[in-house]
Amino acid sequence: MATYLIKRFFAMIVTLWLIITLTFFLMHALPGSPFNDERNTSEAVQKNLIAHFNLDQPVSVQYIEYLKSIVQFDFGPSIKKSSQTVNDLLGRGFPVSFELGMVTLVVAIISGILLGIVAALKHNGVIDYLAMTIAVLGISVPNFVLATMLIQQVAVNWELLPVATWKSWKHMVLPTLALATGPMAIIARLTRSSMLEVLTQDYILTAKAKGLTPFKIVFKHALKNALLPVVTVLGALAAGILTGTFVIEKIFAIPGMGKYFVDSINNRDYPVIMGTTIFYSALLIFLLFLVDVAYGILDPRIKLHKKEGR
Amino acid sequence: MEKILQVKNLHVSFRTYGGEVKAVRGVTFDLHKGETIAIVGESGCGKSVTAKSIMGLIPNPPGKITDGKILFKGKDLAKLPDRELRKIRGADISMIFQDPMTALNPTLTIGEQIMEGIIQHHKIARSNARKKALEILELVGIPSPKSRLKQYPHQFSGGMRQRIVIALALICEPEVMIADEPTTALDVTIQAQILDLFRDIQKKTGVSIILITHDLGVVAQVADRVAVMYGGKIIETGTKREIFYEPQHPYTKGLLNSVPRIDIEDAELVPIAGTPPDLFAPPAGCPFVARCGYAMEVCDRIYPTQTLKGNEHQVYCWLQDARAKTSFATKR
Repeated sequence: MATYLIKRFFAMIVTLWLIITLTFFLMHALPGSPFNDERNTSEAVQKNLIAHFNLDQPVSVQYIEYLKSIVQFDFGPSIKKSSQTVNDLLGRGFPVSFELGMVTLVVAIISGILLGIVAALKHNGVIDYLAMTIAVLGISVPNFVLATMLIQQVAVNWELLPVATWKSWKHMVLPTLALATGPMAIIARLTRSSMLEVLTQDYILTAKAKGLTPFKIVFKHALKNALLPVVTVLGALAAGILTGTFVIEKIFAIPGMGKYFVDSINNRDYPVIMGTTIFYSALLIFLLFLVDVAYGILDPRIKLHKKEGR
Repeated sequence: MEKILQVKNLHVSFRTYGGEVKAVRGVTFDLHKGETIAIVGESGCGKSVTAKSIMGLIPNPPGKITDGKILFKGKDLAKLPDRELRKIRGADISMIFQDPMTALNPTLTIGEQIMEGIIQHHKIARSNARKKALEILELVGIPSPKSRLKQYPHQFSGGMRQRIVIALALICEPEVMIADEPTTALDVTIQAQILDLFRDIQKKTGVSIILITHDLGVVAQVADRVAVMYGGKIIETGTKREIFYEPQHPYTKGLLNSVPRIDIEDAELVPIAGTPPDLFAPPAGCPFVARCGYAMEVCDRIYPTQTLKGNEHQVYCWLQDARAKTSFATKR
């Protein structure tokens, strides 16, 4: 296991390095500079600014310099938001985005799995059709449409919940709902189909023949096997939720990272683009790693490390 | 001998889009304490359905016990609600399935799978359950059971897995064990070992066994009594000797003739021509009539009455009737 973890760690570093390199050169390939729309700056000031941020040097030199600072976890200063470093921005925005993302993920997983199980157990019944209708709607309605509809209905018309911003749990309900519905629908459909398959397996009959209660048969014998395909898509879903937060944060005026990320690209705020990209990539790589570990825990036939003797 | 389980006039049907399949049509047999009864017949004759009905494992819908009784300890299992049946399943009557490669849950340790039955039924502590599981694994012949308890099914061979399946059927010390083709998925040498194990277990625990099989070799090795099923009915039953040495029903004879023999040189393998009857619309008379070389007109119309050939030996065939002269029998 230890050797696997070490190997995996190096693979993660290499992946991250590739992402950094690609993003860095793509970013510099973009036409324009951070100071394009600075009005009323004389040529001399512009030159000074460019020199200040080392942008006058060749890209390859900048790249090396950037890697050096990255290794020390220093993402540099923001060009646009003077007197703030990228580390500051991340430190402020990330906890909020993380909270939204994690709550969404947990809500999506739990409700999706439960919905899927109920649908599978009541196969071809009214509840099944109802659950799957909700699922299809959840998949086909984009989260920003759902978000605006929720704001209009729940917050404006019924005045049940606040319209926007991020303060108490009440503020979390609508953005979480908007963001979680899509992934929940995907998880529910997957759980249902894989549960239906597992329930016809011989070992379920064995469990029944033992006289186990239906609850134990479903949650102990069937669910663990049925979850494998669900876990597989969790990595991709997590990525979807992360990028989904950009849009949702904008709609609900949530002070998360998404805002900085979008703004930074519009402004060509190089250090912020790099910083947020690296941060999100690292998070995603780590989530994918967790998925692999979860796979090994769920299914003992999958070995994460080299075979040991029987 | 004490009758531990009585199946009386059992009827089981399945509702499908094509209509109602009458899979079991009036099966009656008794199981005595400590004996092994073999139910033999070809695919689709209703033997597995009979076994699953006893356990209440017929998926409902589409399956349903439409008539008959299954008497066990003064209770009619055919009418018991699932909640009550659950207490009997695994505890008093247990079942072994055909394919050990798929009958065990791949994601749980075999220790967990063996222990959960006894924890469910006897409400004992895990440590005691573990002790019991070790004993049972010893009984079914798993070497070094202590370390094996923590392993997963994929770490065992097919024969070993079948021993584990037997172990989890035995853990609650049931009075009846139903084995549905327990050796079909195993190769011949392992088959012999498993059958030896059955006899050994029966000697040690006194469990009564219902053995479902299509393999007459298996029957010859372990059964005390044999019931031959065809088209959802038992057409002949008797002791092992009676069935093997004095088969009366043409189908039983046909079955015995279609067993490959190595003891007789140039022995001809005689298959039974034709296919089993359509159970959507089962024949009014003998289900075997279409394939029987001795079929008479009456066979087509009326189901044969029971003829007693010995104390236990019963056969349902018009050829046994005094009125049936061989000259009468119009060969087809």
